[in-house]
Amino acid sequence: MSFSTLKEVLEYSEAKKVPFWEAIILDDMRERGVTRGESFETMRGMYQAMRMADEDYEADLRSASGMVGGDGAKLEAFSQKENRLVGDFLTSVMEKAVKMGESNACMKRIVAAPTAGSCGVIPAVLLSYAEKREVSEEKMVEALFVAAGIGEVIATSASISGAEGGCQAEIGSASAMAAGAVTYLEGGDNEAIVHAAALALKNMLGLTCDPVGGLVEVPCIKRNVSGAVNAVISSQMAMAGIRSAIVPDEVIDSMRRIGKLLPSCLRETSQEGLAITPSAQQVTKKLAQKS
Amino acid sequence: MNIFDIIGPVMVGPSSSHTAGACKIGYVSRKLMAQPIVKAEIFLHGSFLLTGKGHGTNLALVAGLLGMKPDDKRIPYSFEQAKKEGMDFSFGEVDLKDVHPNSVLLKLTGEDGRYLEIVGESVGGSVINIASINGQAANFSGDYPTLIIQNRDLPGLVANVTSELAKRTINIATMKLNRSTRGENAVMIIECDHEVWDAAIKWLKELEGVISVTYYSLEN
Repeated sequence: MSFSTLKEVLEYSEAKKVPFWEAIILDDMRERGVTRGESFETMRGMYQAMRMADEDYEADLRSASGMVGGDGAKLEAFSQKENRLVGDFLTSVMEKAVKMGESNACMKRIVAAPTAGSCGVIPAVLLSYAEKREVSEEKMVEALFVAAGIGEVIATSASISGAEGGCQAEIGSASAMAAGAVTYLEGGDNEAIVHAAALALKNMLGLTCDPVGGLVEVPCIKRNVSGAVNAVISSQMAMAGIRSAIVPDEVIDSMRRIGKLLPSCLRETSQEGLAITPSAQQVTKKLAQKS
Repeated sequence: MNIFDIIGPVMVGPSSSHTAGACKIGYVSRKLMAQPIVKAEIFLHGSFLLTGKGHGTNLALVAGLLGMKPDDKRIPYSFEQAKKEGMDFSFGEVDLKDVHPNSVLLKLTGEDGRYLEIVGESVGGSVINIASINGQAANFSGDYPTLIIQNRDLPGLVANVTSELAKRTINIATMKLNRSTRGENAVMIIECDHEVWDAAIKWLKELEGVISVTYYSLEN
Protein backbone atom coordinates (compact mmCIF):
# COMPACT_ATOMS: atom_id res chain seq x y z
CA MET A 1 0.00 0.00 0.00
CA SER A 2 1.51 3.26 -1.04
CA PHE A 3 -1.01 5.68 0.55
CA SER A 4 -0.62 6.18 4.26
CA THR A 5 -2.30 9.60 4.36
CA LEU A 6 -5.31 11.15 2.66
CA LYS A 7 -3.04 13.98 1.60
CA GLU A 8 -1.00 11.53 -0.47
CA VAL A 9 -4.14 10.26 -2.20
CA LEU A 10 -5.15 13.82 -3.04
CA GLU A 11 -1.69 14.75 -4.31
CA TYR A 12 -1.51 11.62 -6.47
CA SER A 13 -5.00 12.24 -7.79
CA GLU A 14 -4.08 15.79 -8.70
CA ALA A 15 -0.73 14.90 -10.27
CA LYS A 16 -2.25 12.15 -12.43
CA LYS A 17 -5.43 14.15 -13.08
CA VAL A 18 -7.62 11.23 -12.02
CA PRO A 19 -10.55 11.14 -9.58
CA PHE A 20 -10.10 9.85 -6.01
CA TRP A 21 -11.50 6.40 -6.78
CA GLU A 22 -9.15 5.98 -9.72
CA ALA A 23 -6.12 6.75 -7.58
CA ILE A 24 -7.20 3.83 -5.41
CA ILE A 25 -7.79 1.37 -8.26
CA LEU A 26 -4.44 2.30 -9.85
CA ASP A 27 -2.77 1.63 -6.53
CA ASP A 28 -4.52 -1.73 -6.21
CA MET A 29 -3.45 -2.74 -9.74
CA ARG A 30 0.16 -2.00 -8.87
CA GLU A 31 -0.02 -3.51 -5.40
CA ARG A 32 -1.57 -6.85 -6.38
CA GLY A 33 -0.35 -7.05 -9.97
CA VAL A 34 -3.87 -7.20 -11.40
CA THR A 35 -5.55 -5.50 -14.36
CA ARG A 36 -8.00 -2.65 -14.01
CA GLY A 37 -10.79 -4.98 -15.09
CA GLU A 38 -9.89 -7.59 -12.47
CA SER A 39 -9.78 -5.04 -9.69
CA PHE A 40 -13.03 -3.42 -10.77
CA GLU A 41 -14.86 -6.73 -11.09
CA THR A 42 -13.67 -7.87 -7.65
CA MET A 43 -15.12 -4.67 -6.19
CA ARG A 44 -18.32 -5.17 -8.18
CA GLY A 45 -18.53 -8.59 -6.55
CA MET A 46 -18.35 -6.91 -3.14
CA TYR A 47 -21.14 -4.51 -4.08
CA GLN A 48 -23.34 -7.32 -5.34
CA ALA A 49 -22.64 -9.38 -2.22
CA MET A 50 -23.76 -6.41 -0.10
CA ARG A 51 -26.96 -6.15 -2.12
CA MET A 52 -27.65 -9.85 -1.80
CA ALA A 53 -27.00 -9.76 1.94
CA ASP A 54 -29.50 -6.91 2.28
CA GLU A 55 -32.13 -8.83 0.31
CA ASP A 56 -31.46 -12.04 2.24
CA TYR A 57 -32.45 -10.58 5.61
CA GLU A 58 -34.64 -12.98 7.61
CA ALA A 59 -36.87 -11.42 10.25
CA ASP A 60 -37.36 -14.71 12.14
CA LEU A 61 -33.70 -15.38 12.82
CA ARG A 62 -32.27 -14.94 16.32
CA SER A 63 -28.58 -14.96 17.27
CA ALA A 64 -27.03 -17.82 19.22
CA SER A 65 -27.33 -15.78 22.42
CA GLY A 66 -30.96 -14.96 21.73
CA MET A 67 -30.23 -11.26 22.33
CA VAL A 68 -30.76 -9.98 18.80
CA GLY A 69 -32.89 -10.46 15.70
CA GLY A 70 -36.11 -9.06 14.28
CA ASP A 71 -35.40 -5.36 14.87
CA GLY A 72 -34.86 -4.79 11.15
CA ALA A 73 -38.41 -5.95 10.54
CA LYS A 74 -39.68 -3.53 13.18
CA LEU A 75 -37.99 -0.63 11.42
CA GLU A 76 -39.31 -1.84 8.08
CA ALA A 77 -42.86 -1.88 9.42
CA PHE A 78 -42.38 1.53 11.00
CA SER A 79 -41.11 2.94 7.71
CA GLN A 80 -44.67 2.54 6.36
CA LYS A 81 -46.03 4.77 9.10
CA GLU A 82 -47.11 8.19 8.00
CA ASN A 83 -46.01 11.17 10.01
CA ARG A 84 -42.87 9.53 11.35
CA LEU A 85 -40.24 12.01 12.44
CA VAL A 86 -37.31 10.82 10.28
CA GLY A 87 -37.45 11.29 6.50
CA ASP A 88 -37.46 8.53 3.86
CA PHE A 89 -33.77 8.38 3.11
CA LEU A 90 -32.51 8.17 6.69
CA THR A 91 -35.34 5.79 7.54
CA SER A 92 -34.05 3.45 4.85
CA VAL A 93 -30.46 3.89 6.06
CA MET A 94 -31.48 2.95 9.61
CA GLU A 95 -33.42 -0.10 8.49
CA LYS A 96 -30.67 -1.47 6.29
CA ALA A 97 -27.99 -0.91 8.93
CA VAL A 98 -29.90 -2.91 11.56
CA LYS A 99 -30.78 -5.64 9.09
CA MET A 100 -27.17 -6.17 8.03
CA GLY A 101 -25.93 -6.15 11.62
CA GLU A 102 -28.56 -8.70 12.58
CA SER A 103 -27.80 -10.87 9.58
CA ASN A 104 -24.17 -10.91 10.64
CA ALA A 105 -25.03 -11.86 14.23
CA CYS A 106 -27.29 -14.63 12.90
CA MET A 107 -24.54 -16.23 10.79
CA LYS A 108 -25.73 -14.99 7.42
CA ARG A 109 -23.30 -14.05 4.65
CA ILE A 110 -22.14 -10.41 4.77
CA VAL A 111 -19.24 -8.29 3.52
CA ALA A 112 -16.80 -7.13 6.20
CA ALA A 113 -16.48 -3.37 5.62
CA PRO A 114 -14.05 -2.81 7.17
CA THR A 115 -14.98 -5.45 9.81
CA ALA A 116 -17.83 -7.88 10.33
CA GLY A 117 -19.02 -5.93 13.37
CA SER A 118 -19.31 -2.75 11.31
CA CYS A 119 -20.64 -4.47 8.17
CA GLY A 120 -23.93 -2.55 8.16
CA VAL A 121 -22.67 1.01 7.84
CA ILE A 122 -21.44 1.23 4.24
CA PRO A 123 -24.17 -0.88 2.58
CA ALA A 124 -26.88 0.93 4.55
CA VAL A 125 -25.76 4.25 3.10
CA LEU A 126 -24.87 3.09 -0.41
CA LEU A 127 -27.81 0.75 -1.05
CA SER A 128 -30.26 3.36 0.22
CA TYR A 129 -28.57 5.85 -2.09
CA ALA A 130 -28.92 3.53 -5.08
CA GLU A 131 -32.65 3.22 -4.34
CA LYS A 132 -33.11 6.97 -4.08
CA ARG A 133 -31.08 8.24 -7.03
CA GLU A 134 -30.76 7.14 -10.64
CA VAL A 135 -27.22 5.85 -10.57
CA SER A 136 -25.35 3.16 -12.48
CA GLU A 137 -23.85 0.14 -10.77
CA GLU A 138 -20.43 1.24 -12.07
CA LYS A 139 -20.74 4.50 -10.20
CA MET A 140 -21.65 2.63 -7.01
CA VAL A 141 -18.58 0.44 -7.44
CA GLU A 142 -16.46 3.58 -7.86
CA ALA A 143 -17.89 4.84 -4.57
CA LEU A 144 -16.74 1.60 -2.92
CA PHE A 145 -13.21 2.31 -4.15
CA VAL A 146 -13.45 5.70 -2.46
CA ALA A 147 -14.56 4.00 0.77
CA ALA A 148 -11.77 1.42 0.46
CA GLY A 149 -9.14 4.11 -0.06
CA ILE A 150 -10.21 6.00 3.06
CA GLY A 151 -10.35 2.73 5.01
CA GLU A 152 -6.92 1.69 3.88
CA VAL A 153 -5.38 4.97 4.95
CA ILE A 154 -7.04 4.62 8.37
CA ALA A 155 -5.93 0.98 8.69
CA THR A 156 -2.37 1.88 7.74
CA SER A 157 -1.92 4.94 9.89
CA ALA A 158 -4.31 4.15 12.76
CA SER A 159 -6.39 0.97 13.11
CA ILE A 160 -9.63 -0.69 12.06
CA SER A 161 -9.66 -3.20 14.90
CA GLY A 162 -11.83 -2.85 18.00
CA ALA A 163 -9.29 -4.80 20.02
CA GLU A 164 -6.65 -2.24 19.10
CA GLY A 165 -8.53 1.04 18.95
CA GLY A 166 -12.02 0.50 20.35
CA CYS A 167 -15.29 0.98 18.47
CA GLN A 168 -14.10 4.30 17.02
CA ALA A 169 -11.71 2.18 14.92
CA GLU A 170 -14.50 -0.05 13.60
CA ILE A 171 -17.78 1.88 13.39
CA GLY A 172 -15.85 5.16 13.29
CA SER A 173 -13.79 4.03 10.32
CA ALA A 174 -16.82 2.55 8.55
CA SER A 175 -18.65 5.84 9.06
CA ALA A 176 -15.76 7.86 7.65
CA MET A 177 -15.54 5.53 4.64
CA ALA A 178 -19.29 5.74 3.98
CA ALA A 179 -19.24 9.53 4.36
CA GLY A 180 -16.49 9.86 1.75
CA ALA A 181 -18.22 7.43 -0.61
CA VAL A 182 -21.61 9.13 -0.54
CA THR A 183 -19.97 12.53 -0.91
CA TYR A 184 -18.32 11.26 -4.09
CA LEU A 185 -21.72 10.05 -5.34
CA GLU A 186 -23.24 13.44 -4.63
CA GLY A 187 -20.62 15.08 -6.81
CA GLY A 188 -18.35 16.31 -4.05
CA ASP A 189 -14.74 17.01 -5.04
CA ASN A 190 -11.68 15.42 -3.42
CA GLU A 191 -11.58 17.97 -0.66
CA ALA A 192 -15.24 17.49 0.18
CA ILE A 193 -14.67 13.70 0.24
CA VAL A 194 -11.85 13.79 2.78
CA HIS A 195 -13.56 16.43 4.91
CA ALA A 196 -16.78 14.41 5.01
CA ALA A 197 -14.68 11.47 6.22
CA ALA A 198 -12.96 13.65 8.83
CA LEU A 199 -16.25 15.11 10.10
CA ALA A 200 -17.69 11.62 10.43
CA LEU A 201 -14.67 10.22 12.25
CA LYS A 202 -14.51 13.18 14.62
CA ASN A 203 -18.06 12.43 15.76
CA MET A 204 -17.04 8.91 16.66
CA LEU A 205 -13.79 9.57 18.51
CA GLY A 206 -13.49 7.90 21.88
CA LEU A 207 -16.08 5.19 21.28
CA THR A 208 -15.21 2.13 23.32
CA CYS A 209 -15.61 -1.53 22.41
CA ASP A 210 -17.45 -3.16 25.33
CA PRO A 211 -19.63 -5.86 23.82
CA VAL A 212 -21.90 -7.95 26.02
CA GLY A 213 -20.56 -11.48 26.33
CA GLY A 214 -17.81 -10.70 23.84
CA LEU A 215 -20.38 -11.12 21.08
CA VAL A 216 -20.85 -8.96 17.98
CA GLU A 217 -24.38 -8.04 19.05
CA VAL A 218 -24.82 -5.47 21.84
CA PRO A 219 -24.11 -2.58 21.31
CA CYS A 220 -22.60 -3.29 17.89
CA ILE A 221 -25.73 -3.68 15.79
CA LYS A 222 -27.45 -0.45 16.79
CA ARG A 223 -24.15 1.36 16.59
CA ASN A 224 -24.11 0.48 12.90
CA VAL A 225 -27.21 2.68 12.67
CA SER A 226 -25.53 5.64 14.34
CA GLY A 227 -22.41 5.16 12.18
CA ALA A 228 -24.50 5.09 9.00
CA VAL A 229 -26.66 8.08 9.89
CA ASN A 230 -23.56 9.95 11.01
CA ALA A 231 -21.99 9.30 7.60
CA VAL A 232 -24.96 10.90 5.86
CA ILE A 233 -25.08 14.02 8.03
CA SER A 234 -21.30 14.43 7.77
CA SER A 235 -21.52 14.21 4.00
CA GLN A 236 -24.30 16.77 3.90
CA MET A 237 -22.19 19.14 6.01
CA ALA A 238 -19.27 18.70 3.61
CA MET A 239 -21.52 19.19 0.57
CA ALA A 240 -22.78 22.42 2.15
CA GLY A 241 -19.20 23.63 2.18
CA ILE A 242 -18.45 23.00 5.85
CA ARG A 243 -14.86 21.92 6.44
CA SER A 244 -13.32 20.10 9.38
CA ALA A 245 -11.32 22.60 11.43
CA ILE A 246 -8.86 19.79 12.07
CA VAL A 247 -6.96 18.55 8.99
CA PRO A 248 -8.41 15.11 8.03
CA ASP A 249 -5.11 13.23 8.49
CA GLU A 250 -4.77 14.79 11.94
CA VAL A 251 -8.22 13.49 12.85
CA ILE A 252 -7.10 9.99 11.86
CA ASP A 253 -3.96 10.37 13.93
CA SER A 254 -6.05 11.53 16.89
CA MET A 255 -8.13 8.36 16.57
CA ARG A 256 -4.90 6.34 16.67
CA ARG A 257 -3.64 8.11 19.81
CA ILE A 258 -6.99 7.90 21.58
CA GLY A 259 -7.11 4.18 20.76
CA LYS A 260 -3.71 3.68 22.32
CA LEU A 261 -4.86 5.51 25.46
CA LEU A 262 -8.00 3.41 25.85
CA PRO A 263 -7.46 0.87 28.61
CA SER A 264 -7.59 -2.73 27.46
CA CYS A 265 -10.78 -3.30 29.49
CA LEU A 266 -12.56 -1.14 26.89
CA ARG A 267 -11.02 -2.76 23.84
CA GLU A 268 -13.04 -5.87 23.02
CA THR A 269 -12.25 -7.69 26.27
CA SER A 270 -15.74 -7.24 27.76
CA GLN A 271 -14.28 -6.35 31.14
CA GLU A 272 -15.85 -2.92 31.54
CA GLY A 273 -18.57 -0.59 30.30
CA LEU A 274 -21.82 -2.10 29.05
CA ALA A 275 -20.33 -5.58 29.23
CA ILE A 276 -20.31 -5.72 33.03
CA THR A 277 -23.71 -4.17 33.75
CA PRO A 278 -26.25 -6.29 35.66
CA SER A 279 -28.28 -6.68 32.45
CA ALA A 280 -25.20 -7.95 30.62
CA GLN A 281 -24.36 -10.33 33.43
CA GLN A 282 -27.82 -11.86 33.22
CA VAL A 283 -27.31 -12.53 29.53
CA THR A 284 -23.85 -14.01 29.97
CA LYS A 285 -25.08 -16.22 32.81
CA LYS A 286 -27.80 -17.62 30.58
CA LEU A 287 -25.26 -18.13 27.80
CA ALA A 288 -22.98 -20.09 30.12
CA GLN A 289 -25.87 -22.33 31.16
CA LYS A 290 -26.68 -23.04 27.51
CA SER A 291 -23.21 -24.36 26.75
CA MET B 1 -3.03 -5.70 3.39
CA ASN B 2 -4.90 -4.61 0.27
CA ILE B 3 -8.21 -2.83 -0.38
CA PHE B 4 -10.12 -6.12 -0.38
CA ASP B 5 -9.08 -6.67 3.22
CA ILE B 6 -10.89 -3.37 3.84
CA ILE B 7 -13.97 -3.94 1.67
CA GLY B 8 -14.21 -7.66 2.18
CA PRO B 9 -13.93 -10.48 2.69
CA VAL B 10 -17.37 -11.82 1.91
CA MET B 11 -17.99 -14.07 4.89
CA VAL B 12 -20.55 -15.73 7.07
CA GLY B 13 -20.83 -13.79 10.34
CA PRO B 14 -20.63 -12.85 13.06
CA SER B 15 -16.89 -12.50 13.64
CA SER B 16 -13.96 -12.33 11.25
CA SER B 17 -11.62 -13.89 13.83
CA HIS B 18 -13.99 -16.29 15.61
CA THR B 19 -16.07 -17.37 12.61
CA ALA B 20 -14.26 -16.69 9.32
CA GLY B 21 -10.79 -17.33 10.79
CA ALA B 22 -11.97 -20.51 12.51
CA CYS B 23 -13.48 -21.78 9.27
CA LYS B 24 -10.25 -21.03 7.43
CA ILE B 25 -8.19 -22.98 9.97
CA GLY B 26 -10.48 -25.95 9.36
CA TYR B 27 -10.32 -25.47 5.61
CA VAL B 28 -6.52 -25.32 5.46
CA SER B 29 -6.34 -28.39 7.71
CA ARG B 30 -8.67 -30.29 5.39
CA LYS B 31 -6.40 -29.35 2.46
CA LEU B 32 -3.32 -30.50 4.35
CA MET B 33 -5.01 -33.83 5.01
CA ALA B 34 -5.61 -34.15 1.25
CA GLN B 35 -8.42 -36.65 1.80
CA PRO B 36 -11.80 -36.67 3.57
CA ILE B 37 -11.56 -36.51 7.34
CA VAL B 38 -13.45 -39.25 9.19
CA LYS B 39 -12.66 -38.22 12.73
CA ALA B 40 -11.98 -34.74 14.14
CA GLU B 41 -11.16 -34.11 17.78
CA ILE B 42 -11.33 -30.37 18.30
CA PHE B 43 -9.79 -28.71 21.37
CA LEU B 44 -10.54 -25.04 21.94
CA HIS B 45 -8.13 -22.66 23.65
CA GLY B 46 -8.52 -19.20 25.20
CA SER B 47 -11.08 -16.89 23.65
CA PHE B 48 -12.17 -19.61 21.20
CA LEU B 49 -13.19 -21.60 24.27
CA LEU B 50 -14.73 -18.70 26.20
CA THR B 51 -16.76 -16.91 23.54
CA GLY B 52 -16.64 -19.41 20.68
CA LYS B 53 -20.16 -20.69 21.03
CA GLY B 54 -21.80 -17.28 20.64
CA HIS B 55 -19.67 -16.69 17.55
CA GLY B 56 -20.40 -20.02 15.90
CA THR B 57 -16.72 -20.98 16.18
CA ASN B 58 -17.67 -24.65 16.60
CA LEU B 59 -19.87 -24.64 13.51
CA ALA B 60 -17.22 -22.78 11.52
CA LEU B 61 -14.40 -25.18 12.45
CA VAL B 62 -16.47 -28.22 11.47
CA ALA B 63 -17.53 -26.48 8.24
CA GLY B 64 -13.90 -25.81 7.36
CA LEU B 65 -12.91 -29.40 8.08
CA LEU B 66 -15.61 -30.45 5.60
CA GLY B 67 -13.95 -28.22 2.99
CA MET B 68 -16.27 -25.22 3.25
CA LYS B 69 -14.77 -21.76 2.79
CA PRO B 70 -15.58 -18.79 5.09
CA ASP B 71 -18.25 -17.48 2.70
CA ASP B 72 -20.14 -20.79 2.50
CA LYS B 73 -23.79 -20.28 3.43
CA ARG B 74 -23.97 -23.84 4.79
CA ILE B 75 -21.67 -23.00 7.74
CA PRO B 76 -24.57 -22.67 10.26
CA TYR B 77 -25.67 -26.20 9.30
CA SER B 78 -22.24 -27.82 9.29
CA PHE B 79 -23.01 -30.29 12.10
CA GLU B 80 -25.80 -31.87 10.03
CA GLN B 81 -23.52 -31.89 6.99
CA ALA B 82 -20.79 -33.67 8.95
CA LYS B 83 -23.25 -36.41 9.86
CA LYS B 84 -24.24 -36.77 6.22
CA GLU B 85 -20.62 -37.00 5.11
CA GLY B 86 -19.64 -39.38 7.90
CA MET B 87 -17.22 -37.12 9.77
CA ASP B 88 -17.22 -37.82 13.51
CA PHE B 89 -16.37 -34.78 15.57
CA SER B 90 -16.02 -33.89 19.22
CA PHE B 91 -15.10 -30.79 21.20
CA GLY B 92 -12.82 -30.45 24.19
CA GLU B 93 -10.79 -27.86 26.06
CA VAL B 94 -7.05 -27.33 26.04
CA ASP B 95 -4.50 -24.90 27.44
CA LEU B 96 -1.88 -24.47 24.72
CA LYS B 97 0.27 -21.99 26.69
CA ASP B 98 2.19 -19.72 24.33
CA VAL B 99 -0.26 -19.24 21.50
CA HIS B 100 -2.67 -16.55 20.33
CA PRO B 101 -5.87 -16.36 22.46
CA ASN B 102 -7.91 -17.49 19.46
CA SER B 103 -6.42 -20.93 18.98
CA VAL B 104 -7.46 -24.50 18.39
CA LEU B 105 -5.77 -27.89 18.47
CA LEU B 106 -7.09 -30.30 15.86
CA LYS B 107 -6.49 -34.06 16.01
CA LEU B 108 -7.57 -35.36 12.65
CA THR B 109 -7.84 -38.80 11.12
CA GLY B 110 -8.23 -39.18 7.37
CA GLU B 111 -10.08 -41.80 5.37
CA ASP B 112 -6.98 -43.98 4.87
CA GLY B 113 -5.84 -43.58 8.49
CA ARG B 114 -3.52 -40.61 8.01
CA TYR B 115 -3.25 -38.74 11.30
CA LEU B 116 -2.49 -35.02 11.70
CA GLU B 117 -2.25 -32.79 14.75
CA ILE B 118 -2.57 -29.15 13.85
CA VAL B 119 -2.50 -26.02 15.99
CA GLY B 120 -4.18 -23.08 14.27
CA GLU B 121 -4.40 -19.47 15.44
CA SER B 122 -6.85 -16.84 14.25
CA VAL B 123 -4.72 -13.74 14.54
CA GLY B 124 -7.10 -10.94 13.54
CA GLY B 125 -9.37 -10.01 10.69
CA SER B 126 -9.79 -13.36 9.06
CA VAL B 127 -6.03 -13.89 8.94
CA ILE B 128 -4.82 -17.17 10.36
CA ASN B 129 -1.57 -18.86 11.23
CA ILE B 130 -1.01 -22.60 11.14
CA ALA B 131 1.32 -22.66 14.14
CA SER B 132 2.35 -26.31 14.11
CA ILE B 133 1.79 -29.61 12.38
CA ASN B 134 2.41 -32.83 14.31
CA GLY B 135 4.27 -30.90 16.98
CA GLN B 136 6.67 -29.26 14.51
CA ALA B 137 6.56 -25.45 14.25
CA ALA B 138 5.02 -24.43 10.90
CA ASN B 139 3.79 -20.81 10.87
CA PHE B 140 2.13 -20.12 7.55
CA SER B 141 -1.03 -18.23 6.63
CA GLY B 142 -2.78 -20.33 4.02
CA ASP B 143 -2.84 -17.31 1.72
CA TYR B 144 -0.13 -18.74 -0.55
CA PRO B 145 0.50 -22.14 -2.10
CA THR B 146 2.69 -23.67 0.61
CA LEU B 147 5.20 -26.50 0.73
CA ILE B 148 5.86 -28.18 4.06
CA ILE B 149 8.99 -30.26 3.69
CA GLN B 150 10.10 -32.48 6.54
CA ASN B 151 13.72 -33.31 6.07
CA ARG B 152 16.94 -34.41 7.70
CA ASP B 153 19.13 -31.45 8.67
CA LEU B 154 21.76 -31.94 5.93
CA PRO B 155 24.08 -29.29 4.44
CA GLY B 156 23.01 -28.16 0.97
CA LEU B 157 19.49 -29.48 1.12
CA VAL B 158 17.92 -26.02 1.31
CA ALA B 159 19.94 -24.94 -1.75
CA ASN B 160 18.80 -28.04 -3.68
CA VAL B 161 15.16 -27.38 -2.90
CA THR B 162 15.24 -23.68 -3.77
CA SER B 163 17.19 -24.17 -6.97
CA GLU B 164 14.69 -26.80 -8.11
CA LEU B 165 11.85 -24.31 -7.50
CA ALA B 166 13.83 -21.60 -9.32
CA LYS B 167 14.35 -23.91 -12.31
CA ARG B 168 10.59 -24.26 -12.54
CA THR B 169 10.21 -20.47 -12.27
CA ILE B 170 8.32 -20.72 -9.01
CA ASN B 171 8.98 -17.61 -6.98
CA ILE B 172 9.29 -17.97 -3.22
CA ALA B 173 7.28 -15.43 -1.18
CA THR B 174 8.53 -16.46 2.26
CA MET B 175 10.64 -19.28 3.60
CA LYS B 176 11.19 -20.54 7.13
CA LEU B 177 13.47 -23.20 8.51
CA ASN B 178 12.88 -24.95 11.80
CA ARG B 179 14.73 -27.79 13.41
CA SER B 180 14.61 -29.45 16.79
CA THR B 181 18.28 -30.46 17.16
CA ARG B 182 21.29 -29.89 14.92
CA GLY B 183 21.72 -32.70 12.40
CA GLU B 184 18.32 -34.23 13.12
CA ASN B 185 14.85 -33.57 11.71
CA ALA B 186 14.04 -30.16 10.30
CA VAL B 187 11.09 -28.55 8.53
CA MET B 188 11.09 -26.10 5.63
CA ILE B 189 7.98 -24.00 5.16
CA ILE B 190 7.95 -22.38 1.75
CA GLU B 191 5.17 -20.00 0.71
CA CYS B 192 5.19 -19.57 -3.08
CA ASP B 193 3.77 -16.95 -5.41
CA HIS B 194 2.51 -19.63 -7.81
CA GLU B 195 1.09 -23.11 -7.59
CA VAL B 196 3.79 -25.77 -7.46
CA TRP B 197 3.61 -28.35 -10.26
CA ASP B 198 3.04 -32.00 -9.42
CA ALA B 199 6.33 -32.88 -11.12
CA ALA B 200 8.23 -30.56 -8.80
CA ILE B 201 6.56 -32.04 -5.74
CA LYS B 202 7.40 -35.54 -6.97
CA TRP B 203 11.03 -34.51 -7.48
CA LEU B 204 11.19 -32.94 -4.02
CA LYS B 205 9.84 -36.14 -2.46
CA GLU B 206 12.64 -38.15 -4.06
CA LEU B 207 15.39 -35.80 -2.98
CA GLU B 208 17.92 -37.30 -0.58
CA GLY B 209 17.27 -36.19 2.96
CA VAL B 210 13.60 -35.36 2.39
CA ILE B 211 11.29 -37.33 4.66
CA SER B 212 7.92 -36.03 3.55
CA VAL B 213 6.38 -33.28 1.45
CA THR B 214 2.95 -31.86 2.20
CA TYR B 215 1.54 -29.36 -0.25
CA TYR B 216 -1.18 -26.82 0.44
CA SER B 217 -2.69 -25.61 -2.81
CA LEU B 218 -5.05 -22.66 -3.26
CA GLU B 219 -6.79 -24.51 -6.09
CA ASN B 220 -9.84 -26.62 -5.40
